[in-house]
Amino acid sequence: MKKLLILGAGTAGTMMVNHLNRKLNKNEWKITVVDQHKTHYYQPGFLFIPFDTYTEKDVIKTKKQFIPKSVEYIEKAIEVIEHDKNNVVLKDGTNLSYDILIIATGSKIVPDEVDGLADEGWHKNVFDFYTIEGATALRDKLKTWEGGKFIVHLTEMPIKCPVAPLEFIMLADAFFHKKGIREKVEMTYITPLSGAFTKQNCSNVLGYLLDDKKINMVSDFDVELVNEQENFIQSYDEKKVNYDLLVTIPTNMGDDVIERSGLGDDLNFVPTHKHTLQSKKKENIFVIGDATDLPSSKAGSVAHFQAEVLTKNIMKFINEKELVQEFDGHANCFIESGFGKAFLIDFNYDVEPVEGTFPLPLVGPFSLLKETRINHIGKLAFKYIYWNMLLKGLPMPGITTQMSKLGKKI
Amino acid sequence: MATKEIAGSMVDVNEEGFLTDFGQWNEAIAEVIAAEEGIEEMSDRHWEVIKHLQDYYKENGALPSIRKMKKSGVVDTKELYTLFPGGPLKKSSRIAGLKKPESCI
Repeated sequence: MKKLLILGAGTAGTMMVNHLNRKLNKNEWKITVVDQHKTHYYQPGFLFIPFDTYTEKDVIKTKKQFIPKSVEYIEKAIEVIEHDKNNVVLKDGTNLSYDILIIATGSKIVPDEVDGLADEGWHKNVFDFYTIEGATALRDKLKTWEGGKFIVHLTEMPIKCPVAPLEFIMLADAFFHKKGIREKVEMTYITPLSGAFTKQNCSNVLGYLLDDKKINMVSDFDVELVNEQENFIQSYDEKKVNYDLLVTIPTNMGDDVIERSGLGDDLNFVPTHKHTLQSKKKENIFVIGDATDLPSSKAGSVAHFQAEVLTKNIMKFINEKELVQEFDGHANCFIESGFGKAFLIDFNYDVEPVEGTFPLPLVGPFSLLKETRINHIGKLAFKYIYWNMLLKGLPMPGITTQMSKLGKKI
Repeated sequence: MATKEIAGSMVDVNEEGFLTDFGQWNEAIAEVIAAEEGIEEMSDRHWEVIKHLQDYYKENGALPSIRKMKKSGVVDTKELYTLFPGGPLKKSSRIAGLKKPESCI
């Protein structure tokens, strides 16, 4: 019996389990998946928790319920990947040898990477919303917060869901309006990039949003430290910005097991071939989702498109055929802009987000790069699609793995 | 997108003055762009940073972050700011004939 081992049962790992469970010959292949955590979080939903739009029950299910019974599921921590021996050692000493390994260990926030960030103010008046703990602590804070200097801050790229900080500040603006305290809140968006929108086309079309919402902008800000005694954030060129409430997106990194195994770059992301998803280190190791070092976005939709290509390539690899070069960096993301509206972007490695309709030319029903109510409904419907279709590795009707140029103003 | 003459060469640039074809880059062009960015004279240290950025981009298809620059051992963050005041990554990548650091939108 040959062995296919998947590390991580998050979005990408779970999709791969379900795809391969249907494809692999069960008389020849045994599939095993390892993940130390019980809970599967619907991470896009974390964005809505601070504003009490979603509660814990919207975003929490058990990982196990998405793993088919015929697959071996091990709920334990991983110590190291011995890639030269085709073996994985678990924390309790168990050895798992493999013929093919799929790394789907994801990415996580690492607040310790910025001096002072994980200090006394952490989860008191300094929050993340990329963890369930951060999102719920922020929700509780916002319930009683009466206004002041409110900062949303991006530490450095790459991050999971690159549009989330922007969505967050726009939803916060709407939240404060609804609460009747917007005029008591001074809102500032701080980014190390050249602006909220870095692509000329997006900036042309969407540049008005932050001005309209009276959100201040501090760009080219590379954070050196956070001072949680005096409540300010400081850059390397000694710009200081004071806050009363700081919401930050800390440095994102791959899992520590990648570092322990000598498989990652300096952020513990695994060097991966950008069109095939094979690791650069070993032919029988493949990488998917947030764990890769690819310039594609770290997002569930990307993992979905990658899973379709990777399934093909696992079958090619098993049959000793040439791998397909089909992953094109395709991403498809709804962006909430507050007051029941959202816009939608669809892009890949080579084509920037543009205007148009999606998924059908002219018909839509969604509009690209345009704020509409129906886009917002699409974003909310995505929760159902995620739990019921995406994780099960089912195709999404009308949405192709490779980005389509139809219906777009290119 | 527009075509512009810099240091006697015709080059393609985007709305923000970044070269869109690295094949058109040369050191004379870099010096003119550096002057536009307020850098009067390109020292050896400036060139080392530019060279590092170009090598990194060639290998990775993306620009390094400030953190990666720090870890590269080529230049520390304070010096990077002294060499390219204001927005060091944006300025140095423009001088190097590369894209600016971007997000997906």
